[in-house]
Amino acid sequence: MAVLEVEHICKTFGKTEVLKDISFSLEKSQVLSIIGSSGSGKTTLLRCLNFLETPDSGTIKVNGNTLFDGSNANTKQEAAIRENRLHFGMVFQSFNLFPQYTALGNVMLARELQAKKRPDYKANKKQIREEIRMEAEALLEQMGLKDRMNNYPHQLSGGQCQRVAIARALALKPDILCFDEPTSALDPELTGEVLKVIKGLADQKMTMIIVTHEMAFARDVSDHVIFMDNGYILEQGESRELFENPKEERTRQFLTRFNEG
Amino acid sequence: MELFLQQLPIVLRSLNVGFLQTLKLFAVTLIGAMPLGLLISFGSMSKFSPLRTLVKLIIWIVRGTPLMIQLLIIFYFPGRVMGNNIWGSGESGRFAASAVAFIFNYACYFSEIFRGGIQSIPVGQDEAGLVLGMTQSQIFFRVKLLQMVKRVLPPVSNEILTLVKDTSLARIIALQEVIWAGQAFMKGSQGISGAIWPMFFTAFYYLIFNGLLTVLLGNLEKKMEFFR
Repeated sequence: MAVLEVEHICKTFGKTEVLKDISFSLEKSQVLSIIGSSGSGKTTLLRCLNFLETPDSGTIKVNGNTLFDGSNANTKQEAAIRENRLHFGMVFQSFNLFPQYTALGNVMLARELQAKKRPDYKANKKQIREEIRMEAEALLEQMGLKDRMNNYPHQLSGGQCQRVAIARALALKPDILCFDEPTSALDPELTGEVLKVIKGLADQKMTMIIVTHEMAFARDVSDHVIFMDNGYILEQGESRELFENPKEERTRQFLTRFNEG
Repeated sequence: MELFLQQLPIVLRSLNVGFLQTLKLFAVTLIGAMPLGLLISFGSMSKFSPLRTLVKLIIWIVRGTPLMIQLLIIFYFPGRVMGNNIWGSGESGRFAASAVAFIFNYACYFSEIFRGGIQSIPVGQDEAGLVLGMTQSQIFFRVKLLQMVKRVLPPVSNEILTLVKDTSLARIIALQEVIWAGQAFMKGSQGISGAIWPMFFTAFYYLIFNGLLTVLLGNLEKKMEFFR
Protein backbone atom coordinates (compact mmCIF):
# COMPACT_ATOMS: atom_id res chain seq x y z
CA MET A 1 0.00 0.00 0.00
CA ALA A 2 1.15 3.48 -0.75
CA VAL A 3 2.47 5.38 2.25
CA LEU A 4 1.53 8.68 0.64
CA GLU A 5 -1.30 9.49 -1.75
CA VAL A 6 -1.71 13.01 -3.02
CA GLU A 7 -4.76 13.73 -5.14
CA HIS A 8 -5.78 16.80 -7.09
CA ILE A 9 -3.88 19.35 -5.01
CA CYS A 10 -4.36 22.91 -6.19
CA LYS A 11 -2.83 26.04 -4.71
CA THR A 12 -3.01 29.66 -5.73
CA PHE A 13 -1.22 32.70 -4.32
CA GLY A 14 -3.49 35.61 -5.13
CA LYS A 15 -4.14 35.20 -8.81
CA THR A 16 -1.14 33.02 -9.52
CA GLU A 17 -1.86 29.32 -9.78
CA VAL A 18 1.19 27.67 -8.30
CA LEU A 19 0.01 24.07 -8.16
CA LYS A 20 -2.44 22.70 -10.69
CA ASP A 21 -4.13 19.39 -10.04
CA ILE A 22 -1.14 17.61 -8.51
CA SER A 23 -1.58 13.86 -7.98
CA PHE A 24 1.02 11.25 -7.16
CA SER A 25 1.66 8.45 -4.75
CA LEU A 26 4.69 7.08 -3.01
CA GLU A 27 5.43 3.56 -1.78
CA LYS A 28 7.07 2.86 1.54
CA SER A 29 10.88 2.86 1.49
CA GLN A 30 11.00 4.57 -1.86
CA VAL A 31 12.76 7.78 -2.73
CA LEU A 32 10.99 10.34 -4.87
CA SER A 33 12.81 13.24 -6.47
CA ILE A 34 10.99 16.31 -7.70
CA ILE A 35 12.85 18.20 -10.39
CA GLY A 36 12.03 21.15 -12.58
CA SER A 37 13.03 24.73 -13.16
CA SER A 38 12.79 27.42 -10.50
CA GLY A 39 9.24 28.64 -10.00
CA SER A 40 7.68 25.42 -11.26
CA GLY A 41 6.01 24.76 -7.89
CA LYS A 42 8.33 22.10 -6.41
CA THR A 43 8.94 23.87 -3.13
CA THR A 44 5.29 24.87 -2.74
CA LEU A 45 4.29 21.25 -3.18
CA LEU A 46 6.68 20.20 -0.44
CA ARG A 47 5.43 23.00 1.81
CA CYS A 48 1.85 21.83 1.24
CA LEU A 49 2.81 18.33 2.40
CA ASN A 50 4.23 19.84 5.60
CA PHE A 51 1.20 22.11 5.96
CA LEU A 52 3.33 25.23 5.84
CA GLU A 53 0.95 26.16 3.05
CA THR A 54 -2.68 25.13 2.97
CA PRO A 55 -3.78 23.73 -0.39
CA ASP A 56 -6.97 25.22 -1.83
CA SER A 57 -8.34 21.81 -2.73
CA GLY A 58 -7.35 18.17 -2.99
CA THR A 59 -6.53 15.45 -0.51
CA ILE A 60 -3.41 14.17 1.22
CA LYS A 61 -3.46 10.66 2.64
CA VAL A 62 -0.76 8.94 4.68
CA ASN A 63 -1.02 5.20 5.27
CA GLY A 64 -4.60 5.38 4.02
CA ASN A 65 -5.66 8.05 6.51
CA THR A 66 -6.87 11.34 5.12
CA LEU A 67 -4.73 14.06 6.71
CA PHE A 68 -6.00 16.84 4.54
CA ASP A 69 -9.15 17.28 2.55
CA GLY A 70 -9.74 20.67 0.94
CA SER A 71 -13.50 20.21 1.36
CA ASN A 72 -13.32 19.26 5.06
CA ALA A 73 -12.70 22.20 7.39
CA ASN A 74 -11.85 19.89 10.30
CA THR A 75 -8.61 18.92 8.60
CA LYS A 76 -7.60 22.59 8.52
CA GLN A 77 -7.70 23.15 12.27
CA GLU A 78 -4.45 24.09 13.93
CA ALA A 79 -4.34 21.20 16.38
CA ALA A 80 -5.12 18.66 13.65
CA ILE A 81 -2.48 20.13 11.41
CA ARG A 82 0.09 20.06 14.19
CA GLU A 83 -0.62 16.39 14.76
CA ASN A 84 -0.58 15.54 11.05
CA ARG A 85 2.65 17.34 10.37
CA LEU A 86 4.52 14.77 12.39
CA HIS A 87 4.05 12.22 9.60
CA PHE A 88 6.44 14.38 7.63
CA GLY A 89 9.92 15.57 8.42
CA MET A 90 11.31 18.63 6.70
CA VAL A 91 14.84 19.69 5.87
CA PHE A 92 15.14 23.25 4.60
CA GLN A 93 17.50 24.79 2.11
CA SER A 94 18.65 27.30 4.74
CA PHE A 95 18.88 24.69 7.58
CA ASN A 96 16.86 26.87 10.01
CA LEU A 97 18.66 25.50 13.03
CA PHE A 98 17.90 27.17 16.36
CA PRO A 99 21.03 29.25 17.00
CA GLN A 100 20.86 29.26 20.81
CA TYR A 101 20.85 25.48 21.07
CA THR A 102 23.80 23.18 20.51
CA ALA A 103 23.65 20.56 17.77
CA LEU A 104 22.44 18.10 20.39
CA GLY A 105 19.95 20.62 21.78
CA ASN A 106 18.50 21.20 18.34
CA VAL A 107 17.90 17.48 17.87
CA MET A 108 16.43 17.03 21.35
CA LEU A 109 14.18 20.08 21.70
CA ALA A 110 11.01 18.91 19.92
CA ARG A 111 11.23 15.45 21.49
CA GLU A 112 11.55 16.97 24.95
CA LEU A 113 8.54 19.20 24.40
CA GLN A 114 6.56 16.18 23.25
CA ALA A 115 7.67 14.09 26.20
CA LYS A 116 6.32 16.70 28.61
CA LYS A 117 2.82 15.77 27.48
CA ARG A 118 3.29 12.14 28.51
CA PRO A 119 1.33 11.23 31.65
CA ASP A 120 4.35 9.50 33.16
CA TYR A 121 6.74 12.40 32.42
CA LYS A 122 6.90 13.78 35.95
CA ALA A 123 7.53 10.38 37.50
CA ASN A 124 10.21 9.27 35.01
CA LYS A 125 11.60 12.64 34.01
CA LYS A 126 15.25 11.70 34.32
CA GLN A 127 14.92 8.41 32.51
CA ILE A 128 12.84 9.87 29.65
CA ARG A 129 15.28 12.72 29.11
CA GLU A 130 18.19 10.32 29.18
CA GLU A 131 16.50 8.20 26.51
CA ILE A 132 15.90 11.22 24.30
CA ARG A 133 19.52 12.28 24.71
CA MET A 134 20.85 8.83 23.83
CA GLU A 135 18.72 8.68 20.69
CA ALA A 136 19.75 12.18 19.65
CA GLU A 137 23.41 11.33 20.17
CA ALA A 138 23.02 8.16 18.11
CA LEU A 139 21.43 10.15 15.29
CA LEU A 140 24.19 12.75 15.29
CA GLU A 141 26.78 9.99 15.32
CA GLN A 142 25.05 8.44 12.33
CA MET A 143 25.34 11.84 10.61
CA GLY A 144 29.09 11.80 11.29
CA LEU A 145 28.87 14.54 13.92
CA LYS A 146 29.98 12.65 16.99
CA ASP A 147 32.54 15.25 18.03
CA ARG A 148 30.35 18.21 17.09
CA MET A 149 27.38 17.53 19.33
CA ASN A 150 28.06 20.33 21.76
CA ASN A 151 28.85 22.96 19.15
CA TYR A 152 26.46 25.78 18.39
CA PRO A 153 25.24 26.20 14.80
CA HIS A 154 27.51 29.21 14.16
CA GLN A 155 30.51 27.03 14.98
CA LEU A 156 29.57 24.50 12.30
CA SER A 157 30.05 24.47 8.54
CA GLY A 158 27.03 24.59 6.26
CA GLY A 159 27.29 20.91 5.55
CA GLN A 160 27.48 20.10 9.25
CA CYS A 161 24.48 22.36 9.93
CA GLN A 162 22.45 20.59 7.29
CA ARG A 163 23.35 17.21 8.78
CA VAL A 164 22.23 18.44 12.20
CA ALA A 165 18.97 19.55 10.54
CA ILE A 166 18.54 16.06 9.08
CA ALA A 167 19.12 14.48 12.49
CA ARG A 168 16.63 16.93 14.01
CA ALA A 169 13.98 15.88 11.50
CA LEU A 170 14.75 12.18 11.99
CA ALA A 171 14.45 12.48 15.76
CA LEU A 172 10.66 12.69 15.43
CA LYS A 173 10.61 9.46 13.41
CA PRO A 174 8.60 10.77 10.48
CA ASP A 175 7.00 8.41 7.96
CA ILE A 176 8.29 10.54 5.13
CA LEU A 177 11.32 12.81 5.18
CA CYS A 178 11.16 15.82 2.85
CA PHE A 179 14.16 17.77 1.58
CA ASP A 180 13.75 21.20 0.06
CA GLU A 181 16.85 21.79 -2.05
CA PRO A 182 19.03 20.60 0.82
CA THR A 183 22.31 21.42 -0.88
CA SER A 184 21.51 24.64 -2.74
CA ALA A 185 23.19 26.78 -0.09
CA LEU A 186 26.36 24.66 -0.03
CA ASP A 187 29.58 24.56 -2.01
CA PRO A 188 30.34 21.38 -4.02
CA GLU A 189 32.47 19.83 -1.30
CA LEU A 190 29.87 20.32 1.41
CA THR A 191 27.15 19.23 -1.01
CA GLY A 192 28.93 15.91 -1.35
CA GLU A 193 28.92 15.19 2.39
CA VAL A 194 25.20 15.97 2.69
CA LEU A 195 24.28 13.89 -0.35
CA LYS A 196 26.27 11.02 1.11
CA VAL A 197 24.15 11.17 4.26
CA ILE A 198 20.92 11.22 2.25
CA LYS A 199 22.17 8.29 0.19
CA GLY A 200 22.85 6.45 3.43
CA LEU A 201 19.26 7.05 4.54
CA ALA A 202 18.00 5.72 1.21
CA ASP A 203 20.05 2.57 1.76
CA GLN A 204 18.34 2.20 5.13
CA LYS A 205 14.98 2.31 3.33
CA MET A 206 13.88 5.68 4.63
CA THR A 207 10.91 6.99 2.62
CA MET A 208 11.96 10.36 1.20
CA ILE A 209 10.86 13.15 -1.10
CA ILE A 210 13.71 15.29 -2.39
CA VAL A 211 13.33 18.56 -4.24
CA THR A 212 16.69 19.07 -5.88
CA HIS A 213 18.70 20.55 -8.71
CA GLU A 214 21.36 17.85 -8.33
CA MET A 215 20.38 15.82 -11.38
CA ALA A 216 22.96 13.07 -11.12
CA PHE A 217 22.02 12.57 -7.49
CA ALA A 218 18.29 12.51 -8.30
CA ARG A 219 18.89 9.90 -10.96
CA ASP A 220 21.07 7.67 -8.83
CA VAL A 221 19.34 7.81 -5.47
CA SER A 222 15.66 7.94 -6.36
CA ASP A 223 13.23 5.25 -7.43
CA HIS A 224 10.75 7.70 -8.85
CA VAL A 225 11.07 11.14 -10.37
CA ILE A 226 8.49 13.85 -10.89
CA PHE A 227 9.19 16.57 -13.40
CA MET A 228 7.24 19.72 -12.67
CA ASP A 229 6.68 22.58 -15.03
CA ASN A 230 4.58 25.68 -14.52
CA GLY A 231 2.60 24.17 -11.64
CA TYR A 232 1.80 20.88 -13.35
CA ILE A 233 3.34 17.46 -13.01
CA LEU A 234 4.38 17.19 -16.61
CA GLU A 235 5.91 13.78 -16.38
CA GLN A 236 6.55 11.18 -13.71
CA GLY A 237 8.02 7.76 -13.76
CA GLU A 238 10.76 5.40 -12.82
CA SER A 239 13.99 7.30 -12.30
CA ARG A 240 16.30 5.92 -15.03
CA GLU A 241 13.47 5.77 -17.50
CA LEU A 242 12.59 9.43 -17.01
CA PHE A 243 16.20 10.55 -17.24
CA GLU A 244 17.12 8.41 -20.23
CA ASN A 245 13.84 8.40 -22.15
CA PRO A 246 11.84 11.49 -21.28
CA LYS A 247 8.53 11.40 -23.11
CA GLU A 248 7.71 15.08 -23.03
CA GLU A 249 9.54 17.62 -25.14
CA ARG A 250 9.76 20.04 -22.19
CA THR A 251 11.37 17.39 -19.98
CA ARG A 252 13.86 16.58 -22.70
CA GLN A 253 14.66 20.26 -23.02
CA PHE A 254 15.19 20.62 -19.27
CA LEU A 255 17.44 17.57 -19.12
CA THR A 256 19.45 18.41 -22.25
CA ARG A 257 22.19 20.28 -20.47
CA PHE A 258 22.48 17.55 -17.88
CA ASN A 259 22.49 14.66 -20.32
CA GLU A 260 25.03 16.34 -22.56
CA GLY A 261 27.29 17.16 -19.61
CA MET B 1 34.74 74.23 54.48
CA GLU B 2 33.78 73.59 58.03
CA LEU B 3 30.19 74.50 57.25
CA PHE B 4 30.24 72.15 54.26
CA LEU B 5 31.47 69.26 56.38
CA GLN B 6 28.77 70.04 58.89
CA GLN B 7 26.05 70.08 56.25
CA LEU B 8 27.32 67.12 54.24
CA PRO B 9 25.90 64.33 56.46
CA ILE B 10 22.53 66.07 56.62
CA VAL B 11 22.41 66.50 52.84
CA LEU B 12 23.59 62.96 52.12
CA ARG B 13 21.01 61.48 54.45
CA SER B 14 18.32 63.41 52.64
CA LEU B 15 19.62 62.52 49.21
CA ASN B 16 19.87 58.85 50.15
CA VAL B 17 16.21 58.83 51.11
CA GLY B 18 15.34 60.59 47.84
CA PHE B 19 17.48 58.27 45.76
CA LEU B 20 15.85 55.26 47.36
CA GLN B 21 12.55 56.56 46.00
CA THR B 22 14.20 57.09 42.62
CA LEU B 23 15.48 53.51 42.66
CA LYS B 24 12.09 52.20 43.70
CA LEU B 25 10.35 53.95 40.83
CA PHE B 26 13.06 52.76 38.45
CA ALA B 27 12.77 49.14 39.55
CA VAL B 28 8.98 49.05 39.61
CA THR B 29 8.82 50.61 36.15
CA LEU B 30 11.31 48.15 34.72
CA ILE B 31 9.60 45.12 36.24
CA GLY B 32 6.18 46.29 35.09
CA ALA B 33 7.01 47.74 31.69
CA MET B 34 8.96 44.77 30.30
CA PRO B 35 6.16 42.18 30.39
CA LEU B 36 3.51 44.77 29.58
CA GLY B 37 5.63 45.92 26.65
CA LEU B 38 5.81 42.35 25.36
CA LEU B 39 2.04 42.05 25.66
CA ILE B 40 1.53 45.33 23.81
CA SER B 41 3.94 44.21 21.09
CA PHE B 42 1.79 41.10 20.56
CA GLY B 43 -1.23 43.39 20.26
CA SER B 44 0.52 45.54 17.68
CA MET B 45 1.31 42.42 15.63
CA SER B 46 -2.14 40.85 16.05
CA LYS B 47 -3.85 39.42 12.99
CA PHE B 48 -7.11 40.86 14.36
CA SER B 49 -7.02 44.32 12.78
CA PRO B 50 -9.31 46.23 15.23
CA LEU B 51 -7.03 45.24 18.11
CA ARG B 52 -3.93 46.07 16.11
CA THR B 53 -5.31 49.48 15.18
CA LEU B 54 -6.34 50.26 18.75
CA VAL B 55 -2.93 49.27 20.12
CA LYS B 56 -1.12 51.33 17.49
CA LEU B 57 -3.33 54.31 18.34
CA ILE B 58 -2.48 53.99 22.03
CA ILE B 59 1.24 53.67 21.25
CA TRP B 60 1.03 56.76 19.08
CA ILE B 61 -0.63 58.81 21.82
CA VAL B 62 1.68 57.63 24.60
CA ARG B 63 4.85 58.12 22.57
CA GLY B 64 3.58 61.33 21.01
CA THR B 65 2.92 63.25 24.23
CA PRO B 66 5.31 64.24 27.02
CA LEU B 67 5.60 61.85 29.93
CA MET B 68 5.30 64.88 32.19
CA ILE B 69 1.78 65.60 30.92
CA GLN B 70 0.87 61.92 31.30
CA LEU B 71 2.02 62.11 34.93
CA LEU B 72 -0.09 65.19 35.58
CA ILE B 73 -3.18 63.72 33.93
CA ILE B 74 -2.92 60.37 35.67
CA PHE B 75 -2.39 61.99 39.06
CA TYR B 76 -4.95 64.80 38.88
CA PHE B 77 -7.63 63.50 36.49
CA PRO B 78 -9.38 61.08 38.90
CA GLY B 79 -9.65 63.66 41.70
CA ARG B 80 -10.21 66.92 39.82
CA VAL B 81 -12.39 65.69 36.97
CA MET B 82 -14.04 62.52 38.15
CA GLY B 83 -14.39 63.68 41.73
CA ASN B 84 -12.70 60.61 43.17
CA ASN B 85 -9.05 60.98 44.06
CA ILE B 86 -8.05 57.34 43.92
CA TRP B 87 -4.43 58.18 44.71
CA GLY B 88 -5.05 59.78 48.13
CA SER B 89 -2.86 62.65 49.27
CA GLY B 90 0.16 60.84 50.70
CA GLU B 91 3.56 60.00 49.26
CA SER B 92 2.48 56.42 48.55
CA GLY B 93 -0.37 57.66 46.34
CA ARG B 94 2.05 59.87 44.43
CA PHE B 95 4.35 56.93 43.98
CA ALA B 96 1.52 54.70 42.73
CA ALA B 97 0.40 57.33 40.21
CA SER B 98 4.00 57.79 39.06
CA ALA B 99 4.47 54.04 38.71
CA VAL B 100 1.34 53.71 36.56
CA ALA B 101 2.40 56.55 34.28
CA PHE B 102 5.98 55.32 33.96
CA ILE B 103 5.07 51.67 33.41
CA PHE B 104 2.57 52.51 30.70
CA ASN B 105 4.82 55.01 28.99
CA TYR B 106 7.88 52.77 28.98
CA ALA B 107 5.86 49.70 28.03
CA CYS B 108 4.85 51.49 24.83
CA TYR B 109 8.47 52.27 23.97
CA PHE B 110 9.59 48.74 24.85
CA SER B 111 6.75 47.27 22.80
CA GLU B 112 8.02 48.89 19.63
CA ILE B 113 11.57 47.72 20.32
CA PHE B 114 10.31 44.19 21.02
CA ARG B 115 8.17 44.22 17.88
CA GLY B 116 11.20 45.15 15.82
CA GLY B 117 13.21 42.39 17.50
CA ILE B 118 10.58 39.74 16.96
CA GLN B 119 9.94 40.70 13.36
CA SER B 120 13.65 40.64 12.55
CA ILE B 121 13.86 36.92 13.33
CA PRO B 122 13.83 34.95 10.06
CA VAL B 123 10.51 33.24 9.31
CA GLY B 124 12.50 30.03 8.87
CA GLN B 125 12.70 29.77 12.67
CA ASP B 126 8.90 29.66 12.88
CA GLU B 127 8.71 27.16 10.06
CA ALA B 128 11.34 24.89 11.58
CA GLY B 129 9.40 24.93 14.84
CA LEU B 130 6.11 24.25 13.09
CA VAL B 131 7.34 21.24 11.14
CA LEU B 132 8.69 19.87 14.43
CA GLY B 133 5.14 19.94 15.78
CA MET B 134 5.66 22.83 18.19
CA THR B 135 2.83 25.14 19.21
CA GLN B 136 3.01 28.87 18.55
CA SER B 137 3.77 29.56 22.21
CA GLN B 138 6.48 26.89 22.34
CA ILE B 139 8.04 28.44 19.27
CA PHE B 140 7.97 31.87 20.88
CA PHE B 141 9.25 30.94 24.30
CA ARG B 142 11.68 28.16 23.38
CA VAL B 143 13.00 29.41 20.05
CA LYS B 144 12.38 33.10 19.42
CA LEU B 145 12.42 34.82 22.83
CA LEU B 146 16.14 34.50 23.51
CA GLN B 147 17.01 35.53 19.94
CA MET B 148 14.74 38.53 20.39
CA VAL B 149 16.35 39.44 23.72
CA LYS B 150 19.80 39.30 22.15
CA ARG B 151 18.70 41.58 19.33
CA VAL B 152 16.93 44.16 21.49
CA LEU B 153 19.46 44.35 24.30
CA PRO B 154 21.36 47.39 22.95
CA PRO B 155 18.25 49.57 22.34
CA VAL B 156 16.65 48.36 25.58
CA SER B 157 19.85 49.26 27.48
CA ASN B 158 19.49 52.73 26.07
CA GLU B 159 15.92 52.99 27.34
CA ILE B 160 16.95 51.71 30.75
CA LEU B 161 19.62 54.41 31.15
CA THR B 162 17.11 57.02 30.02
CA LEU B 163 14.58 55.69 32.52
CA VAL B 164 16.97 56.24 35.42
CA LYS B 165 17.07 59.94 34.58
CA ASP B 166 13.41 60.20 33.55
CA THR B 167 12.27 59.19 37.04
CA SER B 168 13.08 62.77 38.02
CA LEU B 169 9.99 63.84 36.06
CA ALA B 170 7.86 62.42 38.89
CA ARG B 171 8.94 65.50 40.78
CA ILE B 172 6.17 67.34 38.90
CA ILE B 173 3.60 65.62 41.10
CA ALA B 174 5.84 66.17 44.12
CA LEU B 175 7.17 62.66 44.41
CA GLN B 176 10.05 63.01 46.82
CA GLU B 177 12.78 61.53 44.66
CA VAL B 178 16.43 62.56 44.68
CA ILE B 179 16.12 65.85 42.77
CA TRP B 180 13.25 66.89 44.99
CA ALA B 181 15.50 66.12 47.94
CA GLY B 182 18.39 68.15 46.50
CA GLN B 183 16.21 71.07 45.55
CA ALA B 184 14.86 71.27 49.08
CA PHE B 185 18.20 72.66 50.22
CA MET B 186 17.93 75.52 47.74
CA LYS B 187 14.52 76.47 49.08
CA GLY B 188 15.49 75.83 52.67
CA SER B 189 15.30 72.65 54.68
CA GLN B 190 16.79 71.34 57.90
CA GLY B 191 18.55 74.64 58.51
CA ILE B 192 20.21 74.75 55.09
CA SER B 193 18.98 77.16 52.43
CA GLY B 194 20.31 78.64 49.20
CA ALA B 195 22.72 75.73 48.78
CA ILE B 196 23.28 74.72 45.19
CA TRP B 197 25.97 72.11 45.74
CA PRO B 198 23.50 69.37 46.83
CA MET B 199 22.14 69.46 43.28
CA PHE B 200 25.57 68.56 41.93
CA PHE B 201 25.57 65.64 44.31
CA THR B 202 22.25 64.40 42.92
CA ALA B 203 23.90 64.32 39.50
CA PHE B 204 26.57 62.09 40.97
CA TYR B 205 23.98 59.63 42.22
CA TYR B 206 22.62 59.28 38.68
CA LEU B 207 26.08 59.08 37.17
CA ILE B 208 27.31 56.37 39.51
CA PHE B 209 24.14 54.31 39.19
CA ASN B 210 24.12 54.55 35.40
CA GLY B 211 27.78 53.58 35.41
CA LEU B 212 26.91 50.43 37.32
CA LEU B 213 24.04 49.69 34.95
CA THR B 214 26.25 50.20 31.91
CA VAL B 215 28.70 47.61 33.18
CA LEU B 216 25.88 45.22 34.09
CA LEU B 217 24.12 45.52 30.73
CA GLY B 218 27.44 45.22 28.92
CA ASN B 219 28.08 41.95 30.75
CA LEU B 220 24.62 40.72 29.80
CA GLU B 221 25.36 41.47 26.15
CA LYS B 222 28.61 39.52 26.44
CA LYS B 223 26.74 36.60 27.96
CA MET B 224 24.57 36.49 24.83
CA GLU B 225 27.57 36.04 22.58
CA PHE B 226 27.46 32.27 22.93
CA PHE B 227 25.18 32.12 19.91
CA ARG B 228 24.71 34.11 16.76
